Amino acid sequence: MAANDNLADPVHSPRWIEALNAQATIIMAIFARAGFEPIAPPVIQPADVFLDVIGEDLRARTYVFTDPDGAELCLRPDLTIPACRHYLATLGSEFTDAAEPAVSTRRLTTGQPKPQGKTAQVKRLSYNGVVFRYQPAGDSLARPREFRQAGIESFAADNPAKAEAEILALSIESVRAAGLRAFRVHIGDLGIFNALLNAIAMPERWRAQLLHYFWQPEAFRAHLQRLVQPGQTSRALPLPMLGQITSANEAEAVAVIERHITERGLTIAGTRTLEEIAVHLRGHGQDLLVQPLAARSAEVIEAYLKIEAPAEAAPARIRRLLSGTGIDIEPALKAYEERLKLASQEGIDISQAAFSAGFGRAFEYYTGFVFEILSPALGDTTPIGGGGRYDTLVKAISGSLSVPAVGAALHTERLLLAVRGGRP
Amino acid sequence: MSDNGNSNGNKLILAVPSKGRLMEDTAALFAKGGLTLRKTGNERGYRGEVAEMPGVEVAFVSASAIAQSLKSGKVHLGVTGEDLIREQMADADARVELVASLGFGHADVVVAVPDFWIDVATMTDLEEAAVLYRRRHGARLRVATKYTNLTRRYFAGHRYGNAARSAVAVTMYRIVESHGATEGAPAAGTAELIVDITSTGSTLKANGLKILNDGVILKSEANLVASRGAVWTDAQRKLQAEIVARVRKGIGA
Repeated sequence: MAANDNLADPVHSPRWIEALNAQATIIMAIFARAGFEPIAPPVIQPADVFLDVIGEDLRARTYVFTDPDGAELCLRPDLTIPACRHYLATLGSEFTDAAEPAVSTRRLTTGQPKPQGKTAQVKRLSYNGVVFRYQPAGDSLARPREFRQAGIESFAADNPAKAEAEILALSIESVRAAGLRAFRVHIGDLGIFNALLNAIAMPERWRAQLLHYFWQPEAFRAHLQRLVQPGQTSRALPLPMLGQITSANEAEAVAVIERHITERGLTIAGTRTLEEIAVHLRGHGQDLLVQPLAARSAEVIEAYLKIEAPAEAAPARIRRLLSGTGIDIEPALKAYEERLKLASQEGIDISQAAFSAGFGRAFEYYTGFVFEILSPALGDTTPIGGGGRYDTLVKAISGSLSVPAVGAALHTERLLLAVRGGRP
Repeated sequence: MSDNGNSNGNKLILAVPSKGRLMEDTAALFAKGGLTLRKTGNERGYRGEVAEMPGVEVAFVSASAIAQSLKSGKVHLGVTGEDLIREQMADADARVELVASLGFGHADVVVAVPDFWIDVATMTDLEEAAVLYRRRHGARLRVATKYTNLTRRYFAGHRYGNAARSAVAVTMYRIVESHGATEGAPAAGTAELIVDITSTGSTLKANGLKILNDGVILKSEANLVASRGAVWTDAQRKLQAEIVARVRKGIGA
């Protein structure tokens, strides 16, 4: 008997599939009424896009295989990236864009037609299709290894807050129409966090580092502490040499590094260059020269990340935290309030939505507003759906064309399960 | 339970490496404990016995297949490296019991980078370098390895036993699977760094690689391992106890 097949599970019965189809019809009708164009991307996708854009944590859960021709392919683990690829492939070329891709020795080879000479166009796409994920703890009802995602993606919308409110509202309308009564919405906003970092005096390099560690609370705190304590950022290299590399211009810095390397008889090989080593080391050298991060600023950042409040009360809480600090992030807070206002105008009751400053969903590709829909039937670690803003993902896939985007997907098996109180 | 494959009489099935130093060291250790491992039938065959214990059947297979068989419960006991056990089972402690460390087959699973990367000494440095690399090349640093699971879990911040733990999760990388001559991958341009086993470090050095300060993922050696998934009779438990006692005696000798 093959392991993990569970053929006797009710989820493999025709009645369950019929119920899923009926639910999908309801949801897709809602998306269509809102003007989202249905697409059906291929189930089999090039593996490279997923591996290079999302990384190993998703690869560990993706069914990757090599076809007889030697091409590395995968069963799509998600529909957002296939939707982005569809968007790029169907862009008209009537507009021209002067932007050239950055020069690189090792540019992503995604098999993606490069959208040169193309420019971002407003497009709203929807889908309902199967995705596949390896489940380390085994195939189960709430964590099936194949399930259907119903979702919407909005590209290059003119009004970002409106697009976000609409995605949120349509997601909520869909779970309601599917018959789910008990659920709650959890939201976060990386835009506010970004604005906070921008409003606090520190080198741009530190902002990028802190933003990068946002998804790793423990490493984030450790890094914040390093930035507060002078001298804590140095590495194994002898200090005088680090100073020399930092004070020289870049070409001289590369020469110093090259001399150091050849004196030790080390060989330079591979795609990583001496310039990259210089940039990295100069960053560390500059860390030693600049003022450390103010302890008060670090406290504000930490206190901000601890904020958990009803969604409508969050801006007031944040303003209270920042009052008297001289830190002004009003535009980000106004954008947040505008989004909530627009969502309630769409008929969504946001009074029970909850905001967490530290909430960013699991994927690092989110750049702003994020949300998840949770149900008491399945619990807080098993969201029914979710989404958010991902303004850098299209560029990561295309290599050149940058397109702001926001989207959401519902885990339709979980939705049906939750509607039925947790039993199929 | 015919699908477990251990139904031939009530024999305890002991899996032993089929070639190389691992096989020789295993045979020598068992001999010190007073047990003679030998092949039955064809010298090139894969079946054997323990001369002193008629209730034991020996299967000579590769160390990697032994880990698989212990996982599925096809064999009761096996001699294999902890690296293979941990690589092939995320839930190793639920699937098998490491009964005894055997004192041979020492190898560290390590993260090694080109030694001219003078800016990278730790996993934290590596993640910083990886982020800068992504920005410049639009691609992730590639890690060549056959230990895909150990790599993913260690890079994500997991600690194996009392080995070190990475202070940050390294995320901006991707794995390139490599079976054989992994240490040559950076020079060949198929990867930027590697995760591989090393015993003395000399092969790494010869290939212009250095181990990161916190880059030892696992200090591995050969182990006598018992399968929790195999079907055990009382008689087989007794045979296990005797083998373990003899092996311990061999280690002490």
